Amino acid sequence: MTLVEKAPSSATDVVECDVAVVGGGPAGIAAAARAAESGAGTLLIDQGVHPGGQVWRHRNEADLPHVARRWIERLGRSGARVMTQSAVTDATPDGLLRVVRGRAGMSVRAGTVVIATGARELFIPYPGWTLPGAMGIGGGQAMLKGGLDVRGRRAVVAGSGPLILPVAAAMARSGALLQGVLEQASVGRLASFGTSLLRHPSKLIDGARYRSAFACTAYRTGSWIVRAEGDGRVERVVMTDGKRSWSRECDLLCCSYGLVPNVDLASLLGCVIDDGRVVVDDWQRTSVARILAAGEPTGIGGELAALTEGQIAGLVAAGRNPAGEAALTRGRSSWLRFSGQLATSFALRDELRHLAQADTIVCRCEDVPRSRLDPSWTARQAKLYTRTGMGPCQGAVCGAACHFLFGWPADRVRPPLGAPEVAAVAGSAIATDAGHPSESRA
Amino acid sequence: MTNAEVEIVVDGRRVVVPAGTILAAALANEGVQAFRTSVTGQPRAPICGMGSCFECRVTVDGRPHQRSCLVPCEHGMVVDTASGGGA
Repeated sequence: MTLVEKAPSSATDVVECDVAVVGGGPAGIAAAARAAESGAGTLLIDQGVHPGGQVWRHRNEADLPHVARRWIERLGRSGARVMTQSAVTDATPDGLLRVVRGRAGMSVRAGTVVIATGARELFIPYPGWTLPGAMGIGGGQAMLKGGLDVRGRRAVVAGSGPLILPVAAAMARSGALLQGVLEQASVGRLASFGTSLLRHPSKLIDGARYRSAFACTAYRTGSWIVRAEGDGRVERVVMTDGKRSWSRECDLLCCSYGLVPNVDLASLLGCVIDDGRVVVDDWQRTSVARILAAGEPTGIGGELAALTEGQIAGLVAAGRNPAGEAALTRGRSSWLRFSGQLATSFALRDELRHLAQADTIVCRCEDVPRSRLDPSWTARQAKLYTRTGMGPCQGAVCGAACHFLFGWPADRVRPPLGAPEVAAVAGSAIATDAGHPSESRA
Repeated sequence: MTNAEVEIVVDGRRVVVPAGTILAAALANEGVQAFRTSVTGQPRAPICGMGSCFECRVTVDGRPHQRSCLVPCEHGMVVDTASGGGA
């Protein structure tokens, strides 16, 4: 594939393309590959070191599962240009994107934009969750893939969702001593998820394979983390099944509660968002002309759903009619049902709303404790009164947490996204009425 | 040190890590507990591993507030963390 290694040096340089795909996970890779194969000049912009996103994060291609390797190779052959370690910090609905790579800034002008920005983990605050050694489940997986040495570490994997099993299995295979694997959903709800998996047998086989990797560790359903304790780091965790509690020595606690669509860019572009998901039609078109969305931003469905939606978006972005590919349209409706089943099976129990104590930090950037937040506020009021959500993460962690705890809808998204360095942004904001920076170049 | 390894400096200590190791993982392996210090003085370490939470910020080659979960280790990189009194 063509790697765009150097960003243009001038802040006013503009890269032109027919299709810009933002996010290089399965949805973005599929969209970029199909668009480029269809003859569209395509640019894939991704924050990672290699395309792959979180689910296909890798250091060596040899570590990748077959489907991932196949798609990354296909992307490479497709003619799409790829910009890695690059983040979109601002965008306007006419297809102008502001991109930052390290300290360099540049602009991209695209005919069509595909939003494939993936998802983030839902963190629900509990006492001790700010101690070093406590992280998310996906966070633990990312660290492991990044080279974290877990040999001999006493690990607990807890929370909710289908990521628990593969991450616990990976931890065990890498030498961690699992002290507990906990799913908050009840066994009854999970059984219904198992039934829905029968329509997707490859997923069921995955589950059995993962489970065999830590067969001697109890996998408890209907159980969750109450708190983590320790002096300057996690040393033990307290767990409960709602009737009794128990404690385990632990120095690596992976705890999160499923995924939340990352809709920041879609929101910035003015796309209609409903129940935290970007609203799209059968062709992955958002409410804004020439802006498409695919994968997790449109609803959590996993990598295979993302591949299907990404392909449809790529074809549509390149001006093709996806109805000609029956497998894609059939696949899309099947994955939509799967996505609905996921949400029902792993619905979060009410007890999790009461884990945070008065002194438990909710906003980790600004160290705002639970006691300073009034549930009757809006997210905007919390910002104004306490700075909740105003730190570097811009609510990426506490926004979803406050939505779960207090029902606060997300506040309006403002540029720049992702807290870039000032030098890369200075003097390069996208002008909205006085002409674009690119137009003043000549 | 082999071709498959790089040497970085963490809080003044020389550390050899496999090439391709993500800095956040290398720091955790080196025993760094506090990557950064929070606004009220608490030790913090990464929770998301993917660039969202900003808890893994350290100083890399003199540039503060770099998200170590997004940075691959490179030979000669000099890193300062809160554990070393740096970030």
